[in-house]
Amino acid sequence: MRPPALTVERTLWWGPALVILVVLALGPLIFSDYYLSAVITKSFWLGIAAASLIFLAAYVGMVSLGQVALYGIAGFTMANLVAADGGSTIAWNPWVGTLAGILVAVAVGLVFGAISNRSYGIYFLMITLALGVLTYYFFAQVTQLSGFGGVNNVARPGIVSNPVGDPANLFYIALLASAGVYLLIRYVVRSPFGLALQGIRDDPSRMRSLGYNVPLLRMLAFGLGALIASVAGILSVWWNTRISPGSIDLSRTLDVLIIAVIGGLYRLEGAWIGAFFFVALDNWTRGVDIVGSRFNTVIGVIFLAIVLLSPGGLMGIWGSITDFVARRLSPARTAQPPVRPANETGPAPE
Amino acid sequence: MSQGTEALPLRQRLRVLEAQPLALAMRVIIVGLGVFVLLWVLFFAQDALTKEPRTFLIVLLNGLTLAGLYFVVATGFTLIFGLMRVVNMAHGSLYMLAGFFAFQVQKELTGGEATSAFGTSEASLAEWIIPLVVACVGVGVIGIVMQQVFLRWNQGQDLRQALITIAISIIIADQALAHFGGIAEDIAAPDVFPETVDLHLAGVSYPFFRIFVLLVAIAVGLALWAMIQRTRFGMIVRAGVDDRNMVSALGINIQLVFASAFFLGAMLAGLGGVLGGTMISVDKSNDTQYLLISLIVVIIGGMGSLAGAAIGALALGLVDSFGDVYLPEGYTNYSVLLIFGLLVLVLAVRPLGLFGRPA
Repeated sequence: MRPPALTVERTLWWGPALVILVVLALGPLIFSDYYLSAVITKSFWLGIAAASLIFLAAYVGMVSLGQVALYGIAGFTMANLVAADGGSTIAWNPWVGTLAGILVAVAVGLVFGAISNRSYGIYFLMITLALGVLTYYFFAQVTQLSGFGGVNNVARPGIVSNPVGDPANLFYIALLASAGVYLLIRYVVRSPFGLALQGIRDDPSRMRSLGYNVPLLRMLAFGLGALIASVAGILSVWWNTRISPGSIDLSRTLDVLIIAVIGGLYRLEGAWIGAFFFVALDNWTRGVDIVGSRFNTVIGVIFLAIVLLSPGGLMGIWGSITDFVARRLSPARTAQPPVRPANETGPAPE
Repeated sequence: MSQGTEALPLRQRLRVLEAQPLALAMRVIIVGLGVFVLLWVLFFAQDALTKEPRTFLIVLLNGLTLAGLYFVVATGFTLIFGLMRVVNMAHGSLYMLAGFFAFQVQKELTGGEATSAFGTSEASLAEWIIPLVVACVGVGVIGIVMQQVFLRWNQGQDLRQALITIAISIIIADQALAHFGGIAEDIAAPDVFPETVDLHLAGVSYPFFRIFVLLVAIAVGLALWAMIQRTRFGMIVRAGVDDRNMVSALGINIQLVFASAFFLGAMLAGLGGVLGGTMISVDKSNDTQYLLISLIVVIIGGMGSLAGAAIGALALGLVDSFGDVYLPEGYTNYSVLLIFGLLVLVLAVRPLGLFGRPA
């Protein structure tokens, strides 16, 4: 690791990050209750869902479309185990239900991982998509678990309070959860386990010949992805106060994929940037006549444009901007191309 | 980064887990679970066979005709993948669009008379064939445009191509909802077809159109097989699957072959859409449904394989129809788990599908 020096590039990355953090820490004072809850808190949990996808895609080379199904499993498990209208009649303590939801989602995630861990690339994507859509059909058919109109008025731990009337508590919980997930992933990818995963991403056969159990490591990585996704699932149920099969259908799965791609499929921070972009755009277009009801077309076109023109997403664009500015501002560097810090170089797409 | 030295401790830490028996045990458990589920279904089916041969025959025919429809749709998907390595995530959207196109054209032709939800079929043969042709060619053209405008210059980047087709499927789904609405519609079958045929077997009268779909599927299968094995185009396609660069080096316009294969694949989705729209219904949720079906059929059968698509469609169709009827009372809505089990069973034994081979 090089010692941190205050370069133009570092300033351009950390400056905005600090500003955003300060604004977020003061969130409830700055934003209206509606905006805080409907846009920012929602961005947090969608961002966590996207982060689980980005973690798998960027560091393990597994582009999974099963993350929404896993967060749905966490959400449905919790919603069924605590007091709620619809679903099963069990009424456990909300914290126990939350823990059980996360555990069940991780267990199912490990099973999904075991099914798909010997498939790579596009095959992996197809298998996880099939598993995800099957999960949706499962909950759509089994009304014992999903109720006829979804599971409503799901009981929350007291600390969450009322997400509509008093959104600040859930906002801070989602902020902390996001920070926790971000730090967890940053920690994991620097650990020996994470390094092994990156080795598998780059060359599975070489890792195999070095003696690593590649399928097992990929399965465990998928389980970790499920853990992250389940946090998003729990938060989404608290935020919505309900969950229905429609919360995990194919279009929700694609929403999370869109968020990850728009933010930047190979940059962890992109998860929340993409989520904020997505939710804010959704919120904004509702007020615009022409595109108001056709949000999916708008987001589809943006998604297409990003995939075609800037595969690195918004983070990729920001990266190019900082590179450009840094080249212009630091005369010492004009002779040679700028060297980015080691931890900033994400894997090249494809 | 010093990956090499830092990676070693993990290897030691995971040595306990590395032991092969774990992987083996998991595989045995998974396979055992699958076999158990299949035996369970067979047991119930057998039980019912002695009691109710009539129900059994109808459910069997339902499964076979459904498999026919699935086969037609999935061959298009697998053909495109086999030749171009493009996973066309918009395949279900093309299926749905074709259904809506045919419905709309038929409505124009018959003045909206033929297609009432409960009414009998009042469309003449031409009033069914013309919508069929229009819909197939329509989605075929959409397929070509998709391939030429977006996919052609991203050849070899399979993830990016999949993302592109996903974006297109999102746009199509939203636009279809805007133009055709969210109500399920039926395409009227031609009135020259009899409503049902008497099979002279266990007193079963079976809907003729479903049998027609099965016949079409068999015809499509044979035609594709003959085309791939016997014609010059098929020869080029097979060569292109193996070595695209060599084929173009021999002076064959591989781009033209790709475009035609994409047209054909999209047309098969379209044919499926019109058959399915007549046999079942046209609905806005068809895109998800038939994308899933195409995926499962080719995951079971193996990507790019015609025989695999047939086996996969058969397995899925039969499990679908038997699961809905023969699961024990109160558990029929768990039938999705059977499909899940089928998928698990195949992937545990053959990660590339029954007829799949490494790219």
